[in-house]
Amino acid sequence: SIGLAMNSAEQFFNSGHTNNWAILACTSRFWFNYRHVANTLSVYRSVKRLGIPDSQIVLMLADDMACNHRNPKPATVFSHKNMELNVYGDDVEVDYRGYEVSVENFLRVLTGRLPPSTPRSKRLLSDDRSNILIYLTGHGGNGFLKFQDFEEISNIELADAFEQMWQKRRYNELLFIIDTCQGASMYERLYSPNIMALASSQIGEDSLSHQPDLAIGVHLMDRYTFYMLEFLEDIHPASKTNMNDLFKVCPKSQCVSTPGRRTDLFQRDPGSVLITDFFGSVRKVEITVETINLTDSESGELQNESRSYVDQLPVSEIIHQKPKQKDWHPPDGFILGLWTLILLVFFKTYGMKHLKHIL
Amino acid sequence: MATAEVERRRARLATMSIAAVVILVGIPLWWRTTTTYRAWLPVTQIQELAKLQLLLSADVEVVFARGTLTPEQQKKITVTHTQDEDHDINGETSLTYRYETRYRTATIMEEDALSQPSAVATDLSLHTLSESPCGSLVVYVIPESSSLLPQDVDVYVGQRRTALLRVAAETKAAKTLDQVLAAVEPRVKEVLQVMSFSHHDITAALGDRVRLSPGSPQRKADSMRSFKSSPGYEITFSLLNPDPKWHRLHWDIEGAVRTYVQPLLSKLSPVANFSVDSQMLHYTMLGVNAQFDASHDAYTLSVESLAHVINPVEARLGSNAASSNALLNFLLYVPDPQHSPLRILDHQKRQVASNAFHSPRWGGIMVYNVNGFYEANGEAVDVNINMAEVMGVFLAQLRLLLGVHPSAPRAGFLVAPPGSSGLSDWELDRLMWSRSVENVATATTTITSLAQLLDQIDNIVINDNIAQQVSSAIASLQLATAELESGNLAFALQYSKEAILASERAFFDPSLLHLLYFPNDQKFAIYIPLFVPICVPLVLALLQIMSEVHQRRRDKQAKKD
Repeated sequence: SIGLAMNSAEQFFNSGHTNNWAILACTSRFWFNYRHVANTLSVYRSVKRLGIPDSQIVLMLADDMACNHRNPKPATVFSHKNMELNVYGDDVEVDYRGYEVSVENFLRVLTGRLPPSTPRSKRLLSDDRSNILIYLTGHGGNGFLKFQDFEEISNIELADAFEQMWQKRRYNELLFIIDTCQGASMYERLYSPNIMALASSQIGEDSLSHQPDLAIGVHLMDRYTFYMLEFLEDIHPASKTNMNDLFKVCPKSQCVSTPGRRTDLFQRDPGSVLITDFFGSVRKVEITVETINLTDSESGELQNESRSYVDQLPVSEIIHQKPKQKDWHPPDGFILGLWTLILLVFFKTYGMKHLKHIL
Repeated sequence: MATAEVERRRARLATMSIAAVVILVGIPLWWRTTTTYRAWLPVTQIQELAKLQLLLSADVEVVFARGTLTPEQQKKITVTHTQDEDHDINGETSLTYRYETRYRTATIMEEDALSQPSAVATDLSLHTLSESPCGSLVVYVIPESSSLLPQDVDVYVGQRRTALLRVAAETKAAKTLDQVLAAVEPRVKEVLQVMSFSHHDITAALGDRVRLSPGSPQRKADSMRSFKSSPGYEITFSLLNPDPKWHRLHWDIEGAVRTYVQPLLSKLSPVANFSVDSQMLHYTMLGVNAQFDASHDAYTLSVESLAHVINPVEARLGSNAASSNALLNFLLYVPDPQHSPLRILDHQKRQVASNAFHSPRWGGIMVYNVNGFYEANGEAVDVNINMAEVMGVFLAQLRLLLGVHPSAPRAGFLVAPPGSSGLSDWELDRLMWSRSVENVATATTTITSLAQLLDQIDNIVINDNIAQQVSSAIASLQLATAELESGNLAFALQYSKEAILASERAFFDPSLLHLLYFPNDQKFAIYIPLFVPICVPLVLALLQIMSEVHQRRRDKQAKKD
């Protein structure tokens, strides 16, 4: 037996997931959309702090704000005008940057249809026991989200992408958070099971930004993500806060818009879903009780192989030298032809009487 | 007038020719250039696949040793017995288990083997006599008086594919052969549940297709712990040394992998490819603080804090993997002298003998305590790590993570520990059964959902290579189910792996991205400015021609009258 008491097995395997993934995408570029990058980076920071490793986070930033030449405080992205929290941090790992953030790449990451040369860090390698957090921010409208100022992703395409993920069992549960204007329209058309969705505003409402900063010159954060960051800063990896508390974040009095949510596709009751089920990475653990008895007799002495470099190649093979031509070869066709031409021209010009001197 | 007539005829000719060009050339050209290329897919075969009907067949040989049957019974014995067990999981999935049982008496050489002093020796000599093929079993029925098995043990499950079954006293009293067989059959069935495929394992393998409630939390733990079927796995062994000032660690990882791990991986090579590498990490601490516990006279880590150990360490673990295969990490942690000895406590606050824990679908961590004498001058202590002990733990964790589930212990069963390769033959068979079924089910689901997707979205281009992959996947699936039916487990696994590779390649082909969602209002907005300026005058001219023809016919009619 594995040696787990029955009650602890139930407690540990309540949520049904063994690993966590996060896909965080900021879809707008240009300096005045600083707040969208700050939104994404603040969620990235929380998710990393609560334990999800970089290898399981796909971070997509459409523009570089920290090293933008208009940034008066280079290499930083702040979320509050008191400039205490630099959400850019020291070890940010951006997987898709600049023009790589496109609708096509986003859908490719979700559905897994990437070219074979794509490295592991740019892939979503989830399985049927992965809980995935998807966070999108940018400019949106009724039924679409704008990517990079010339493309849009519609809510139907998003719903189809989630359905394809479900068909291949690429997630156990999915939490979809979107912070854009009219964000609730993006989760309207979802139809796959085990998805919970949160949006910062309803259809017809705009999501407002929060912190205008005179030193940097732009708005620093959007309201919904600002209050969500405040809420997440209080969470630590062992905390037992559940989703109902996240639903209460940013009421209308603070957000001006009405945050919306969709839980009908989700099987568990939101009150039993921990925040760390999606934002953190609490590993399930089992004690190893059984071991295999391996006898020591089969191992030989430590083989100390003297390690030497492979015999190097002869120098002449490494440095390619032109081989010296030792034999004389008769002139090839080009030279012959050239001389024939010269002779013909000579004799044509000066007459054939010179020919008898040669023959 | 004549010129007006000529003009009108020319106008009519022009209109008719333009209309001819538009209808005969324009519309077909537009249709051809705007259709997406869709290669032909075998849709009927795919629809047939949607109903998964699997027949699993296992060969069992029941050998009666001397002393179990009377001479008259022995003379009659030539029975071959086939038994089918049907299970209908849901409307779309049904399973049939077929046990082909052959009864015979033992040969002289087998009797010699059975007269060895211990069950282990018997097992070994029986193996030298004949080797059972993959997926089959041999059960030796020994008389009650036999001394091979201890008193309370009725069944001995060997390391290969043999089992020793001690017959009960009632069987001796049975008169006819049929009575004997009827008594032995349920016992053999019990052995089969342990050594061959069982309904629980197979339905767990169908987990993607059929979301059954797992029953007990133990089964849910089993299904969550093992990795899904994958063509390859990357294994990394890491040695963590938080304080190199005090410890100079030597581990012969290459030798250990060669001696202990490689035999297991070679045995598992039909199931998947494995690649192994190793690393040493210095100055890497566990993320949790261990508290000193006087009752155990050691620093202890409780189960609750173990969950938070992995994440800080994982950030430091590099990965050599270039493929998208699943990663398994095995970490050996040698605690620094300030926190030595470090012990792991289980839920009942007892010390764990192996001092190791594992995380489902991730890997395992073992804490190796060093009791060294630390010199006052602060010189580092040389430590030679006992690789046999370490690998014993890691191999046990590897077995669990790959899906070799320990079956619940049954009364009266004695299961031989796995040999030097770390895996018994029948455990490998069980793994191969569940992997084959899992591969077949997953490939079927992939193909059917791909067909459904392509059917639903008209705008996706289907290239020839995708159609070819789908056809080869269907062919491999048919071969795999046929091999499962005839009981050739090794071939079935191989075909199922080919099927799943082909189906995944077809499903995840980068060209199948659907970015062509056009809402109807967008379609109208594109086509109206192109077609209306041409079509409106054309249609009006045609209408005018028709009305003129109509008029002329009426005039002719009037003239006639």
